[in-house]
Amino acid sequence: MAKSIDVSDLNIYYGDFLAVEGVTMTIPSRSVTALIGPSGCGKSTFLRSLNRMHEVIPGARVEGKIVIDGQDLYGSEVDPVEVRRQIGMVFQRPNPFPTMSIYDNVLAGSRLNSKRLPKDRADEIVERSLTSANLWVEVKDRLNKPGQGLSGGQQQRLCIARAIAVEPQVLLMDEPCSALDPISTSAIEDLIHELKSDYTIVIVTHNMQQAARVSEDTAFFNLAGAGKPGNLVEMNPTRKIFSNPEEKATEAYISGRFG
Amino acid sequence: MSASTAVRKPRQRVGDRVFSNLTRLAGLAILVALAAVAIFLTLQGLPAFSAPSDKLGGAANLATYVLPLVFGTLLAAVLALLIATPLALGVALVISHYAPPRLARPLGYLVDLLAAVPSVVYGLWGLAFVSVRLTPAYAWLEQHLGWIPLFGGPASTTGRTILTASIVLAIMVMPIITAITREIFLQTPTLNEEAALALGATRWEMIRLAVLPYARSGIVSAVMLGLGRALGETMAVAMVLSASGVVTFDLISNTNPSTIAANIALKFPDSTGVAVNALVASGLVLFVITFVVNFAARWVVARSERTQA
Repeated sequence: MAKSIDVSDLNIYYGDFLAVEGVTMTIPSRSVTALIGPSGCGKSTFLRSLNRMHEVIPGARVEGKIVIDGQDLYGSEVDPVEVRRQIGMVFQRPNPFPTMSIYDNVLAGSRLNSKRLPKDRADEIVERSLTSANLWVEVKDRLNKPGQGLSGGQQQRLCIARAIAVEPQVLLMDEPCSALDPISTSAIEDLIHELKSDYTIVIVTHNMQQAARVSEDTAFFNLAGAGKPGNLVEMNPTRKIFSNPEEKATEAYISGRFG
Repeated sequence: MSASTAVRKPRQRVGDRVFSNLTRLAGLAILVALAAVAIFLTLQGLPAFSAPSDKLGGAANLATYVLPLVFGTLLAAVLALLIATPLALGVALVISHYAPPRLARPLGYLVDLLAAVPSVVYGLWGLAFVSVRLTPAYAWLEQHLGWIPLFGGPASTTGRTILTASIVLAIMVMPIITAITREIFLQTPTLNEEAALALGATRWEMIRLAVLPYARSGIVSAVMLGLGRALGETMAVAMVLSASGVVTFDLISNTNPSTIAANIALKFPDSTGVAVNALVASGLVLFVITFVVNFAARWVVARSERTQA
């Protein structure tokens, strides 16, 4: 189920503006890769290009190659809708569908994939996904209540459950904890640890301790100055990045001597 | 010094006082106008309760006079909404989510322009163009779908049927519904739209998952506003419809129910004495119906906002 991702010479544009330039990296499967870097360096943009969510913005486009399992995501015959079904995404702010119950939120993706879902199969998916997202115990008695009634941390775990309900190959997380309190953050981090045995996880974070805690590999993005494109400075095992980085800029950033 | 300023009331500025009184006056003026209309309708309508049947166009009493009109009014308005709502939602979605921005903007202006066309013009258009063009369609409907009571016929040869009137009404209310729903569709939080897209939703699935649920209460109130316009529309219906005041669900025949507003417009010039009172009484009924529709709309909107909160 989990697949590695090969990115080569990726340029990402907003209209004519080159936002991210020349990224080449290999994201290993069944492991957590963290993307760190200052604001505006293009790490979120890069993440969104991994499941073709970047092009949802009018004028946005991508050049280069992203290959998963021998398949180029940006091949001319590839349907972006199909890509997004294979690569799940969790956003910065929890975004359960406001009018749907907890139960229906978890099933939203599965119902897109197969129109007729037998009740017992649906129940099974809901229980499995919520259990994987460490939310089952908290919500099993109120599955028919709206998802918006949950706390922020619970909503975010609901969104993770919704993303993994369709058993994607890859799970992308865009600062999933930045809107959460420390306790919810810790719950999500524990969850990431458990999920990495089944999924390839890429997480964008502003919190370097978090990157150090959850990830196997870390990629540091930087930009030369305002209005310049962001680029990948260094990608290495997390332990190496935080103890003995190859690049001066990486060291300056992680030790807080940045800028 | 500082202690005394602390207890002193903040100084009332003249400008604030003038402005607050002006707004209060404007608010009161609406209530007074509404009350004046209601009182006028009630007082002038009362004598019609004891009107003789020759003053009521042959009806035995006021109820049998007004009820067919109420039926016609509701039938025409509901038909118009059945036609206009899907059309309006479709156009609004095209403008908000499908068309490229370069096309969406002029399209929006065009729809707004439709709302600015005077209703007399719609009436002329319905009378001289739509009804004539629809005559063959009505003949076809009678021939092939005549077993459905709605198309029982005999098909009108002039095309001035309740269905024609409803189609013209539909085109008149469509811009209102489109304009409101378009604005609401555009306000759908990006967060919700992206949630759907990231799950692998197609554009239509994204609209179903994120846009429509978000816009539900707005759609209801837009439709209700359209209904209000359709109920009260006078000129277009009066010009298009060849009315005989019957109660029938046959949509394509020569004998059609009339609507309250059209009936008032057509009968008023020739009416005297109690007959005028009867018309006013029917006006009161229309007033109450539109009032109820508006309140129902607000209630629906408020309720769905509560469940979403």
